[in-house]
Amino acid sequence: MNRGHLIAGLALLAGTTAQAQSIMLLNVSYDPTRELYTQYNKAFGAHWEKTTGQKITFQQSHGGSGGQARAVIDGLEADVVTLALAYDVDAIAAKGLIATDWINRLPQNSAPYTSTILFLVRKGNPKKVKDWDDLVRKDVKVITPNPKTSGGARWNYLAAWAYGLKKFNGDEAKTAAFVGDILKNVPVLDSGARGSTMTFAERGIGDVLLAWENEAFLAFDEFGKDKFEIVAPSLSILAEPNVAVVDKNVDKKGSRKVAEEYLKYLYSDEAQDIIGKNHYRPRDPKAAAKYKASFANVTLITIDDVFGGWQKAQKIHFAEGGTFDKIYKPGN
Amino acid sequence: MSMPGAGLTARLAPAAVQAARSESPWLRWALCGVTFAFLGLFLVLPLVTVFVEAFSKGTEWYWNALIDPVTIASIKLTLLIAAVSVPLNTVCGLAAAWAITKFQFRGKSILITLIDLPFSVSPVIAGLVFVLLFGLQGWFGPWLRDHDIKIIFAVPGIVLATVFVTFPFVARELIPLMQDQGMGDEEAARVLGASGWQTFWRVTLPNIKWALLYGVLLCNARAMGEFGAVAVVSGHIRGLTTTMPLHIEILYNEYNLAAAFAVASLLALLAMVTLAAMTVLEWRAAQSRDLPAETD
Repeated sequence: MNRGHLIAGLALLAGTTAQAQSIMLLNVSYDPTRELYTQYNKAFGAHWEKTTGQKITFQQSHGGSGGQARAVIDGLEADVVTLALAYDVDAIAAKGLIATDWINRLPQNSAPYTSTILFLVRKGNPKKVKDWDDLVRKDVKVITPNPKTSGGARWNYLAAWAYGLKKFNGDEAKTAAFVGDILKNVPVLDSGARGSTMTFAERGIGDVLLAWENEAFLAFDEFGKDKFEIVAPSLSILAEPNVAVVDKNVDKKGSRKVAEEYLKYLYSDEAQDIIGKNHYRPRDPKAAAKYKASFANVTLITIDDVFGGWQKAQKIHFAEGGTFDKIYKPGN
Repeated sequence: MSMPGAGLTARLAPAAVQAARSESPWLRWALCGVTFAFLGLFLVLPLVTVFVEAFSKGTEWYWNALIDPVTIASIKLTLLIAAVSVPLNTVCGLAAAWAITKFQFRGKSILITLIDLPFSVSPVIAGLVFVLLFGLQGWFGPWLRDHDIKIIFAVPGIVLATVFVTFPFVARELIPLMQDQGMGDEEAARVLGASGWQTFWRVTLPNIKWALLYGVLLCNARAMGEFGAVAVVSGHIRGLTTTMPLHIEILYNEYNLAAAFAVASLLALLAMVTLAAMTVLEWRAAQSRDLPAETD
């Protein structure tokens, strides 16, 4: 059909990726970061070309964080991963593709931006959803993705759990029942955060969407402020989406230098401003101050304080036979 | 005793047929109505929506959505996938149909069942099979990586998944026809001194050409439209491993509805061209069947 393409395909078959002048950089990311990295890639491409004279061809892949990690483990040759949470990067590290000390290689747990979980409700808040307590009401339909595949969903679940622990003074059984009651109100579990946003915003299903802060604001931007309202619960979780160079892949492709700089530059003034503009919370105090007004004022707990870190949280809650499997019964 | 009775039926017959044909016109009418209403509601209306939504921002915008470099890359990839998998499945499907209908051998029924396997297996599983085989954690993954060969999350994997899913189309079209035709023509050709190749090109192929083309078109339509199996092995790298169906989903998920529908309309258009080609083929096939019947 197309001769050039056919040759390109054959070249791929032979494994001789033709890269004379421009470097390829594949960033495997989670669902809601599409807009962020589209803008960041432009900025970084210009920065890299100015300092080295090389052009970069960026390749992006997006999907539920857990599924994306799985793809990298199965051989998707990502130079860098920018996923929703530490556990998914750990899962790749456990297969030997990333050094196990990855979290200490960049400042602030290798998370150049943070976010949190908020509620997105329909305009006028017809169901009067104010806090996590309202999510267990029989008349409220809750939209959240599947914690098995989505990073955002795991943050949602843990935020609800943290609220339950506080409400019931640390009583695990009552907290489990509380989170189970919320899950009973979920009509559909999408595989990624963006799928859930589409279910809620485009298809009009549900009364409240448990969403990444940035995802909630993006829905605002895309669908207009006259359709939705953002509700900040009394307590939520500090989400740290982590980034890491995939060591095995960059060493094979010879792209370590550009991959490392790609992640390091996320901490630069320019990148931090792009981050704030896209409704992620910047780490840099200057950018954080600039965008402070655009973020919800919520009390944030951390995964380390309440759950003892991701490894533990994953094992107790999301592994096969964990609390999620015990309390989630589809179809009721 | 029986003669008058038979005469009666004979006399009555045309009237009875007439009655059967004209019986309850409302039933005929109702059936046609239901069919058209159903087709309109579930097929035509959604298809129209695709085009309405695609042009919702005007023709210039529509054109710009289509000439976006990532969209062009997805169109090229889709055509490439079809260009590789359709010929491959045509040759293999023909060979399988030939073997099954013209020869006797052990395990024939197993072969027929195997041909149908891609129809009965969910496309997602078809995709996962290749991940399990060629993924980094799979059987051949580490070896492939050591030798710098990319199968899944690259074009070869998408081709493999598509070939798997679309394999039965050609064979399934040919087998019933070739079974019907039997070996008579071929045997006659051989007796008259034709070689194997001559028999194939001059006798067998002309006999099956319409069914073969029909199978090829069906195969092509599915190859371009396959989503499930391809989604599993693609890796979703924009502009590199995203076929048109995958690209449509990505655009939709990026709030880019008009662009998503613009690409969808193009895919729908390709499907409709296929459909039109098939209609023409059926008509031609019917004609070529009628022709010898008249000379008989």
